[in-house]
Amino acid sequence: MKRNWTPKQPGKITQDKAYVNVRLLDPASNFDMVCDSTGGLITRGEKVSEIGPKIFENGISDDIEVIDCLGHCLIPGLVDMRVQVREPGYEHKETIESVGLSATAGGVTTIVCLPNTKPIIADASQVEFLARRARKIGLTKIYPYAALTANLGGKKLTEIGLLAEAGAVAFTDGDKAIENAQVLRRALSYALTFDLLIVQHPEEPSLVPNGGMNAGETATRLGLPGIPREAEIIMIERDIRLVEMTGGKLHFAHISTSESVSVIRKAKEKGLRITCDTAPPYFALNDQTIGEYRTFAKLSPPLRSEDDRKAIIAGLKDGTIDAIASDHSPQDADSKRLPFTQAESGGVGLETLLSVSLDLHHNGNLSLLEVLEKITNRPAELLNLPAGKIEVGSAADLVIFDPDFGWQVKDTDLVSKSKNTPFDLRLVQGIVRRTIIDGRMVYKSEDE
Amino acid sequence: MASSPVKNTYPHRHILGIEGLFPQEIAYVLEKSEEYVAQNRRADKKINLLYGCTIINLFFEDSTRTRTSFELAAKRLSADVINMSINNSSINKGETLIDTAATLNAMHPDILVVRAGLSGAVQLLADKVNCSVINAGDGGHEHPTQAFLDALTIQRRKGKLQGLKIAICGDILHSRVARSNIYLLITMGAQVRLVAPKTLIPAGAENLGVKVFHTMEQGLEDCDIVMMLRLQTERMEGNFFPSIREYFHFFGLDYKKLSVAKADALIMHPGPANRGVEIDSEVADDFSRSVIREQVEMGVAVRMACLDILSNNLKTEREMHPNEA
Repeated sequence: MKRNWTPKQPGKITQDKAYVNVRLLDPASNFDMVCDSTGGLITRGEKVSEIGPKIFENGISDDIEVIDCLGHCLIPGLVDMRVQVREPGYEHKETIESVGLSATAGGVTTIVCLPNTKPIIADASQVEFLARRARKIGLTKIYPYAALTANLGGKKLTEIGLLAEAGAVAFTDGDKAIENAQVLRRALSYALTFDLLIVQHPEEPSLVPNGGMNAGETATRLGLPGIPREAEIIMIERDIRLVEMTGGKLHFAHISTSESVSVIRKAKEKGLRITCDTAPPYFALNDQTIGEYRTFAKLSPPLRSEDDRKAIIAGLKDGTIDAIASDHSPQDADSKRLPFTQAESGGVGLETLLSVSLDLHHNGNLSLLEVLEKITNRPAELLNLPAGKIEVGSAADLVIFDPDFGWQVKDTDLVSKSKNTPFDLRLVQGIVRRTIIDGRMVYKSEDE
Repeated sequence: MASSPVKNTYPHRHILGIEGLFPQEIAYVLEKSEEYVAQNRRADKKINLLYGCTIINLFFEDSTRTRTSFELAAKRLSADVINMSINNSSINKGETLIDTAATLNAMHPDILVVRAGLSGAVQLLADKVNCSVINAGDGGHEHPTQAFLDALTIQRRKGKLQGLKIAICGDILHSRVARSNIYLLITMGAQVRLVAPKTLIPAGAENLGVKVFHTMEQGLEDCDIVMMLRLQTERMEGNFFPSIREYFHFFGLDYKKLSVAKADALIMHPGPANRGVEIDSEVADDFSRSVIREQVEMGVAVRMACLDILSNNLKTEREMHPNEA
């Protein structure tokens, strides 16, 4: 397969583009429309300017560039609300540029990055650094979370009001839970002053042994320490009480157990301002993937049981789980080529986010629009981002994908600097053909 | 008007708090205070009203302003006044408070002026003595004379309390001044708004009859009075807000934030003000807007009125029940 990236250049786009012969899908407006050569979408400059099944009925004027989409799907660019960019500080694992290549290859036009870089994103200058670097590189758009507590230490709040003014979209301690109940209580309450969202990694640290996997039969057979499912459930249950107490706004990242889904479902029914996401490994894999100590399948939270996996799918179907995020966590080979207990946890996910999520559609669990909503409009809504939908006047961040094309994930094919995918050798269906950001095509793939 | 005798409509032995007082009771204290404002501005400030009356200023918490104000008030009325400062940290509070009350009671004082670090401590002490007690501030509960002096300041400048829009801003959670002011102003028909980050608004504040805002821009809109509170960092155990810098940025009073209030809005502060924390120096020192010094002046008058009223009530009570004291 031939793949090409063309990073965005500065300057105006003079030519309008017409996307024809296309199936237009937009979860935000719930449309799914098949257009032949007489319909589709026009971009003018950096924006979408016209959409409709008959807009080219009277032909297309010569000064418009026509792009034949070959009947493939045209959707809003993906919004990935949980990505570790690793720059600055860990450029041997990933950089803003390599994450941009990886994201655009996966159809992701907007990412939201965790603050656990070095230095940590905890002041206005860090927020601005990221925005500036991302603009300069001209691949995917990057919005940052900022740290909720100083040094991610879980004790003292950062200046979240000032950070929000500088452009931080929400606040989290990344892959560390906010453990102290009083700190989270105050944070939820204070954040409400500015109506800001807090994102929690729900895991009670005292229940998590070093280097473990999901507690259960596989852990027992492998002789690995077990991380009980209760570590996640207890933290979610506690936090729900704190949200109820403060009226705050909390989002649980990458939930992985069936009870997590059921307690969040109940909390939502009560009208609490709670949302959550999960990541593809938790609906596409279970703890048996670890097999003979495969460290690429060592994740945080750990891969759970088959029953949990099915419950996560049910949670996605009924809307309890709002979004799917890649939970992209690049780890260099040296961090993974170790005994299981010592290996770092985490997997890359940007390039497989769409394809693995489409399994939910191909397997008949969710409709195509339902799947797309979880990776476009819904995460954008949660974080108030101007992304994730196709409408006249919105930024032309678009993806064209072939939903039926089958391919095999290979770690060596990934363009991410780190290759640690838990989906290595998996057969998937659905591939990104073009990624368009602000009206410009930045990525294209073709069969040779 | 000040010379015509006003009917005493404050029938209580103590002044422990504003909560539960009736409008006419508050109005009477304010009217009485007006008389003393005039007296304090005369060259001859001293009268013999409380000659032979014993007043003890019992302060369990550091205070300079309030204690001085009470002392001066007592001296202008010719009372015998003694100051007792008892260091909070060196005593076992529960036991000593009642012991102290019994000891002092044996000396036959007429009025005790008490400040305590713990909420409810002044009430507890008042139950154990035969004299009158004025609460000069108890923990995070009430500070009634501050509310009277604030109301007097406002009433003199605006001619009324009824219908005014008054914003109380800042550390409401830890503030006894805020609580007393809320009770008083609402009882007198003012519209009170609280403006603070969510962490500094006490639970259930809305049930007190106030409106709660989390931005100065919304909270100060169209207000007649902007009452700033001191940020009581000494009472805070972490994470009510991230930093002074951020607090000042969003909640410190400066001209920009003040611009949404009425053009003739007054700025008040119970003092001592933390400049650059809750209030910009420029605003605090703008005497066309800031009435902070006037509040201090009203303080002495209000406390004279309180001593006057209570000593009078005590005298009547003792005449009716001569054997109890």
